[in-house]
Amino acid sequence: MSEITTHTISVLVENRPGALARISGLFARRGFNIDSLAVGKTEDPMISRMTIVVSVDGKPLEQVTKQLHKLVSVLRIAELPHDGSVERELALIKVGVDAGRRAEVLEIVEIFRAKVVDVDATALTVEATGTPDKVAALEELLRPYEIVEMARTGTVALGRGGQGLKAPKLRPVSIDNLSA
Amino acid sequence: MNGASSLIKSLEAAGVDVVFGIPGGAILPAYDPLLESPIRHVLMRHEQGAGHAASGYAHVTGRPGVCMATSGPGATNLVTPIADAYMDSVPLVAITGQVPRPVIGMDAFQEADITGITLPITKHNYKVMEAEEIPEAIAEAFHIASTGRPGPVLVDIPKDVLQAETSFAWPETINLPGYRPTLKPNRKQIKSAADLIRRAERPVLYVGGGVLKARAAEELIALAEAIGAPVVTTLMARGAFPDDHPLCLGMPGMHGNYAAVNAMQRSDLLITMCARFDDRVTGNLASFAPDAKIIHADVDPAEIGKNRAVDVPIVGDAKDTIVELTKVVLHGNASQGRVDFSPWMAETRAWSREYPISYTQVEDGPIKPQFVVDQLGRMTGGDAIVVTGVGQHQMWASQIMPVNKPYSFVTSGGLGTMGYAVPAALGAKVGRPEDRVVAIDGDGCFQMTAQELATATIEKIPFTVCILNNSHLGMVKQWQELFYDKRLSEVHLPQVPDYVKLVEAYGGVGFRASDPSEVETTLDKAMSVDDRPCVIDFRTDAEEMCFPMVPAGASNDDLILGPVGETQVHRGFESATSLEGEGA
Repeated sequence: MSEITTHTISVLVENRPGALARISGLFARRGFNIDSLAVGKTEDPMISRMTIVVSVDGKPLEQVTKQLHKLVSVLRIAELPHDGSVERELALIKVGVDAGRRAEVLEIVEIFRAKVVDVDATALTVEATGTPDKVAALEELLRPYEIVEMARTGTVALGRGGQGLKAPKLRPVSIDNLSA
Repeated sequence: MNGASSLIKSLEAAGVDVVFGIPGGAILPAYDPLLESPIRHVLMRHEQGAGHAASGYAHVTGRPGVCMATSGPGATNLVTPIADAYMDSVPLVAITGQVPRPVIGMDAFQEADITGITLPITKHNYKVMEAEEIPEAIAEAFHIASTGRPGPVLVDIPKDVLQAETSFAWPETINLPGYRPTLKPNRKQIKSAADLIRRAERPVLYVGGGVLKARAAEELIALAEAIGAPVVTTLMARGAFPDDHPLCLGMPGMHGNYAAVNAMQRSDLLITMCARFDDRVTGNLASFAPDAKIIHADVDPAEIGKNRAVDVPIVGDAKDTIVELTKVVLHGNASQGRVDFSPWMAETRAWSREYPISYTQVEDGPIKPQFVVDQLGRMTGGDAIVVTGVGQHQMWASQIMPVNKPYSFVTSGGLGTMGYAVPAALGAKVGRPEDRVVAIDGDGCFQMTAQELATATIEKIPFTVCILNNSHLGMVKQWQELFYDKRLSEVHLPQVPDYVKLVEAYGGVGFRASDPSEVETTLDKAMSVDDRPCVIDFRTDAEEMCFPMVPAGASNDDLILGPVGETQVHRGFESATSLEGEGA
């Protein structure tokens, strides 16, 4: 039996229309499930970074990264090993508690160093940042208090120290092999 | 000038001499400046025809084929030829009109999200939203379509962008930081490949269509002769190595000949040149060439290791790779002596002689389809450009037609697009008007795109279509006979229409042959027609099946040879007995 493993892939893409659709579509077509996908600008506003977490069962991830490389808007790709990178996720969790059990929830929020960002008579909304594991653990503990709504950003990640994936300088190249 | 003029100027700057297309609402602005352009426009009768014609043109010339269509249904009709070109790595540029920018996304008349639709079947595509960006998009489209692993690129331009005022400036640089195909092969890998070859006992050069895409057929002969090992050419590589060469074993795969299939199965080293271990070649992957180490050269790194683990990967342009490998092999031959693969070559050649492609034509029986192809092959002597559809006739064409020159066997391999032959033949003739173009087609295929005979008549593009008319979807029938207990379901195509009358209605010339004695004379008559399209309706034996055959999913070791026929097909290589005369 093959084992399911999760991989975090960091992809630098040129900010061109359709880049997100090209990349997410490719995973689906090649039979890979995306657990989460987060996208935003990098240090160079012309370049976006996508952080994609995929579950892989048995199939080599190599084929999908090679196919990603073939997309014209993709500049660089790296798999970020869990022990060699900083991974963070933000979650907003709305818990349906009234004043009676609010204190219990606040205690959990305190332990996780999360924040309460909205509160009314029927619910409070918790903002939590951390590793995906930590966010999942918080969710687990809040579940008995009735989670009314939840939004998670998906993982963003950077390699530790020098092991990063920096945005390349974009330079045009001359065309000499165009009109044959 | 407006965006449309900029588009036409850009196509001229990209070296385009012909566009296959059909105008319509959204692309209308582009058809006006076309009147003043030196670019020839061939007005097709269906956009699918335009796409396949561009593909046929690209196959025989090596230059990107260009097709043009309007928005909505015009664009969606291009989907099949674009998918076809993607699977077979054909350089193709498709230009489509789009509804005006203000109504995009509003379900406007003839609106279709063609960049979205073609995302998985193009190498890249563009929706050009500003008129100033047209030259850059066209320059990039041609660059991407024709370099690295070639493929289709679609450029979608809204009507109001074509109408907008702009100026034309052909870009001097190209800004594609994410597109840098690796063209130069790694020297160390070339050396490792040459070392493996020296240590092999039963090497086979497994040649795929990429060698033709890289226009490296001539260089391949030098490599094969330097090594002195047998060469198999896949369906997409027919002609990449001459059939009359003493090292040639012909086509491997599902309907390949025994020698080619068995040589790969027994091989201890596959020297893979731009082939992709497609299921139609490998059969059951687990039992394919079990003892073989693998050298795999391809310009697309994603192909390497995709289906079969590789011992020596080489990423690079086929021509450079072949030239560099030849140098190192020749150097080894000179310094360490040539490895003698001739006993192995002789063994494979004996298989060619023992199990040739064969058929039996009975004098007063129905015409055998193989007999038609064989006669045609003898008549053209491997000099014509051969174009096929998809199915039994395609396999017989590949098995039987001698292909001694590269870039002259045009077929739909990966996608297996029925209806490819007529428009692709038209495009091939436009690309190489001096060459004779003969399409071998089935009756099922022919009806899917026969309307392009009107284009051929009006545009004076003469070619010959030989329909192997067994009044069935022959390959499907064959599978039903073999794997569905002879329960024939929806495969009968009764003799409607009358193909002779049909081609005459289109302004061409029609012949019919129903008796074996008429085959040669009819072909003769057809070959003398050189000003109009010509169709021969060969009424062939519907019972004939295409062999050898590896059933889908079966091991290549379980190749079904089929009945032994009285007539053995000779394309040249079968009778070669010695390797003398080859360079060293």
